[in-house]
Amino acid sequence: MLEAVDLACERGGRSLFRGLSFALRDGELLRIAGPNGSGKTSLLRIVCGLLSPTAGTVLWDGAEIRRLREEYAKQLVYIGHAAAVKDDLTAAENLRIACTLAGHRVSPRQIRQALDSFELADLPVKRLSQGQRRRAVLARLVVSESMPLWLLDEPYAALDAAAGRLVEELIDGHAARGGAVAFTTHQDTRVRASQVIDLDA
Amino acid sequence: MLEAARCIVVRDLLVAWRRRSDVATALLFFVIVTSLFPLGIGAEPELLRSIAPGVIWVAALLSCMLSLGRLFAADHADGTLEQLLLSSEPLGVIAAAKALAHWLVSGLPLVLIAPLIALQYDLPAPLYPVLALSLLLGTPVLSLIGAIGAALTLGLRGGGVLLSLLVLPLYVPVLIMGAGSVDMAAAGLAPDGQLLLLAALLIVAAAFAPWAIAAALRISME
Repeated sequence: MLEAVDLACERGGRSLFRGLSFALRDGELLRIAGPNGSGKTSLLRIVCGLLSPTAGTVLWDGAEIRRLREEYAKQLVYIGHAAAVKDDLTAAENLRIACTLAGHRVSPRQIRQALDSFELADLPVKRLSQGQRRRAVLARLVVSESMPLWLLDEPYAALDAAAGRLVEELIDGHAARGGAVAFTTHQDTRVRASQVIDLDA
Repeated sequence: MLEAARCIVVRDLLVAWRRRSDVATALLFFVIVTSLFPLGIGAEPELLRSIAPGVIWVAALLSCMLSLGRLFAADHADGTLEQLLLSSEPLGVIAAAKALAHWLVSGLPLVLIAPLIALQYDLPAPLYPVLALSLLLGTPVLSLIGAIGAALTLGLRGGGVLLSLLVLPLYVPVLIMGAGSVDMAAAGLAPDGQLLLLAALLIVAAAFAPWAIAAALRISME
């Protein structure tokens, strides 16, 4: 279970949010909403431990994530704003590296299936379009069923309708299996979030 | 264990192989700088022989600086650095893997090509192994220390110049020991003392630099 206690974040001298607390249990979906610049990405980066909050703590199963570090990192999939793929490597190579780094073994067949489900050819990423790059990154979700926590920053950005639906299905499926998902978006999504945090309010 | 670290080394080597021109640039820089000195100073064999160790070592430092800027900047730009920070192994281990990959791509080629450069300077043949050994022990230290600087200056404007100002003074002991060992051998003395000191530097750097790189990366990524 993921718990955030009394989080506050300041960026560039401006307070983005303060006193933010929430708990995300297994099988729950958390949607972080808000206009541009309201701190959605900062909140997600705080939750995955890349950014330290100005105040407050994030707990995973009752332990501070700052202390857990790699132990916590092994539990989560973070898909950030940037594509996080190497231009010179192929989609399959990028996917295999991302999974190995996260400490989870995938077979070449699983990688093939993940890329197939996103209709991706195994080309060097630099030859792919923006949307296809995004698909190459999100293909990781197909092979990450075993990771309990997914943190997704704008998963629908640059995706077409078909790929967007696929991501919605993956998120729903993960929650149905008992995984927890926190995602940011300012687009409409059919995913029914069990909690919504609106950073504008 | 160490699967993620091995994955990083293989990944960086693969990227370097697909971008061979980047690797060739640093190596060519080394060759050209060392070739300029005989042209500028004149073909006085005695003089060339005496400046050879220093020139080759200084060129190695500069060539290493050239590729350091990209060490973390490329990963930072495409977002893969965030994934490295969230990897399943301690960040220090990942940082060591990055430094090792950097050395394999930019340090090892210098070690291999150095005897050829020494030929230009008419360095006596018995000195070749000493020169190569000093570079073999010294260049990994350059990668390790340089990576700390590269991590600290990540994402800064004008980071390249700042990186040189930060890192080059730290390279001084390696330069003195490295060039000194060849000078000692040239004077007919045993270079063991200098080489052992270089080896000691390498051990200390290998033990501590990865954790310093990791700390610097965390600060830069905030």
